[in-house]
Amino acid sequence: MSAQTPYEPKIVAFLCKWCSSAGSDLAGVSRIQYPANATPITVACSGGVSPQFVLSAFHKGADGVLVSGCHIGDCHYMEGNFHARRKLYLVKELLEFTGVEPDRFRMSWVSAAEGAKFAQVVRDFVEDLRPLGPQDKLKAERP
Amino acid sequence: MSSGKRTGVFVCHCGNNIAATVDVVKVAQEMAGEEGVVCTKDYVYMCSDPGQKAVIEAIKENRLDSVVVTCCSPNLHEKTFRDNAKAAGLNSFTCEIANIREQCSWVHKDRGVATAKAIKISRSAVRRVGRNQALEPIAVGVTRRVLVIGGGIAGIQASLDLANAGLDVVLVEKQATLGGHMIQLSETFPTLDCSQCILSPKMVEVSRHPKITLMTYSEVQEVSGYVGNFKARILRKPTFVDPETCKLCDDCSQVCPVVVPNEYELGLTARRAIYIPFAQAMPASYTLDESACLGLNPIVCGKCKDVCEAGAINYDMRPRSEIVEVGAVVVATGFDLYGQDNLGEYGHGKYEDVLDGLQFERLCSASGPTKGKVLRPSDHSEPKDVVFIQCAGSRDPAQHCAWCSKICCMYTAKHASLYKHHVPDGRAWVFYIDIRSGGKGYEEFVQRTMENDEAIYLRGRVSRLYRENGKIRVLGTDTLSGQNVEIDADMVVLALAMQPSTGTAEAAKVLKIGRDKDGFLAEAHPKLKPVESVTAGIFLAGTAQGPKDIPETVAQASAAAAKVIGLLSQPQLSHAPTVARVRKAHCTGCEMCVDACPYDAIHLANGKAVVNDVLCEGCGACSATCLRAAIEVINATPLQMNEMIEAVLNF
Repeated sequence: MSAQTPYEPKIVAFLCKWCSSAGSDLAGVSRIQYPANATPITVACSGGVSPQFVLSAFHKGADGVLVSGCHIGDCHYMEGNFHARRKLYLVKELLEFTGVEPDRFRMSWVSAAEGAKFAQVVRDFVEDLRPLGPQDKLKAERP
Repeated sequence: MSSGKRTGVFVCHCGNNIAATVDVVKVAQEMAGEEGVVCTKDYVYMCSDPGQKAVIEAIKENRLDSVVVTCCSPNLHEKTFRDNAKAAGLNSFTCEIANIREQCSWVHKDRGVATAKAIKISRSAVRRVGRNQALEPIAVGVTRRVLVIGGGIAGIQASLDLANAGLDVVLVEKQATLGGHMIQLSETFPTLDCSQCILSPKMVEVSRHPKITLMTYSEVQEVSGYVGNFKARILRKPTFVDPETCKLCDDCSQVCPVVVPNEYELGLTARRAIYIPFAQAMPASYTLDESACLGLNPIVCGKCKDVCEAGAINYDMRPRSEIVEVGAVVVATGFDLYGQDNLGEYGHGKYEDVLDGLQFERLCSASGPTKGKVLRPSDHSEPKDVVFIQCAGSRDPAQHCAWCSKICCMYTAKHASLYKHHVPDGRAWVFYIDIRSGGKGYEEFVQRTMENDEAIYLRGRVSRLYRENGKIRVLGTDTLSGQNVEIDADMVVLALAMQPSTGTAEAAKVLKIGRDKDGFLAEAHPKLKPVESVTAGIFLAGTAQGPKDIPETVAQASAAAAKVIGLLSQPQLSHAPTVARVRKAHCTGCEMCVDACPYDAIHLANGKAVVNDVLCEGCGACSATCLRAAIEVINATPLQMNEMIEAVLNF
């Protein structure tokens, strides 16, 4: 990103295929507009998102990482989002320990029926990331 | 990345759906610069026949071994393009979809921003496909037995269709009898034939069908497995009466000292703790309501057991669980009424003479609490002014339910008509917002109610009602004349909204299938897959999926049955081969993946993890848990994920 363009947070959004990705599809079908900062990577289940993926995203220059799954209790794979919740909240602590603002990592539960909620999750995350500025603590090549 | 792949990227315009916001030519140009990409094309409708043919030609011409189609959501056309790749001689698992419509062009306006995002999404799919393996589906056996949940008209119809096609059916119903809400109805629109007369023969057929195992007073507690091979645990609650021995003599309920409201009559009458819901109940047997009984203890009471000459009553019955193996599930768990308690402005359900539609059905029914006479519950007098209020709870997003309950316009016309047949000198007032009478013979029926039966239709809502001098004062507006209306009614009937039943919510939880924003079961596609749930092998029927009337429910139940028959008539089903794979050299046998797997698909053999391909659903919980990257899901490996992350971050 060149110095002239204003800062736009770059977000990697891991969306589970059954709920959150379907919810983002519904946002599309309903033509609900939201910022383009978050690029989706659809995964089978939020429980399959390794903490390593989150760190890898920060390492490669993400300003924020979103993991979004089915509502707790509604996981297509029965208990995947419980795994995600337990495991990925530890990522927040790890981020804090390494000096990265823990708010750069977010989890949300968005069902296939919640297109509007998905759009709102992205909007809120983008707004909350703006004051934090670019993430360069974990980025491989410092600017 | 040095994959040595020959990848083709096909960018769809989707008419203007994508091309208006995303510079598709630029996306194609950018992808041409990716390693391994030897051919790019953009086309106005890639999913059309010429579009698919162009893909096939490009595959052959350029000797492609993998394909990325950047288009709409994979939920729509992943199968289309994978089948198409297969037709061109490729393995279908070397085709990936990049969703640049729902997740990009439809949700952004700025062309530059949307194009940049579309490039990132497309690039991540290109990187992913670079390491995709050719896979063949795993063949699995099929259990030719079907679980039908819900014993209303939807469940009955689906069960009969399935059983008549030669499949074994297990029909589970929560209540003590089949019948659902339909058996409570007096007559059915628009023909006014008696509901019991058309439903009872079907109930008998279900109970006698050699292919159907009927489990009433039972609940599905747990379902595991996958399409073709589900395992369901069913709780059989004790009825304390042996249906084989019970002679239906009614001696037991005559002596029972406990009186509780009768659910079948919606509280308009009472029943005993030992009871038969109604005369035609199926199975034809009494049930002892444990929650009402004095204690199932001969010392406390025991009157029913003493009086039963057949010896059918057994206080020692206990709940038991039964496991059934089935290949498919039909969910037909039905609706509940929205509940008068929700409508404070209409009396909170505290005025006896304010009834809901189902209660009015019972008043009209020859077998009902008043033997078919329309009488006021408060003083048993014949009501001369009856006000029917449509959309009670429906079409009111601000306070109640946003949706139209669909059947109320028709059943209110039926109620007004039936009332006038019972009380020819009475007046039937109907408050409505709009009349929605789409359906064969429906509009004519409403017109007959207005013209022949002289029901008075007032277009407007009722703001409030209250009791005064033994009558119910109804305050409303007739928006066509612009006048406020006050009616001293003897009885008010609310056409309450239809909402998903509590059983529907429970079934959705147990089966892990989605519900829509209103709580009805979500179909896999609103137009093209109206009876399938998102989960393969689980089908939907009746009002659990959304408000509908009896003909529509029957049609959907038969459609669900047809889908199940089609599914289970295959000799084998294929299971997605994108399962977990163990990298043996890295595995230390720590068993963390064994614990993480929700399907018990992983076990240890000789100190190394081994995956059962048939049980594995490819969720990746094992992979995300493994500290040594020794287990990964094929075609979604950590290496691929990392490359996708690089791609979306322009790293």
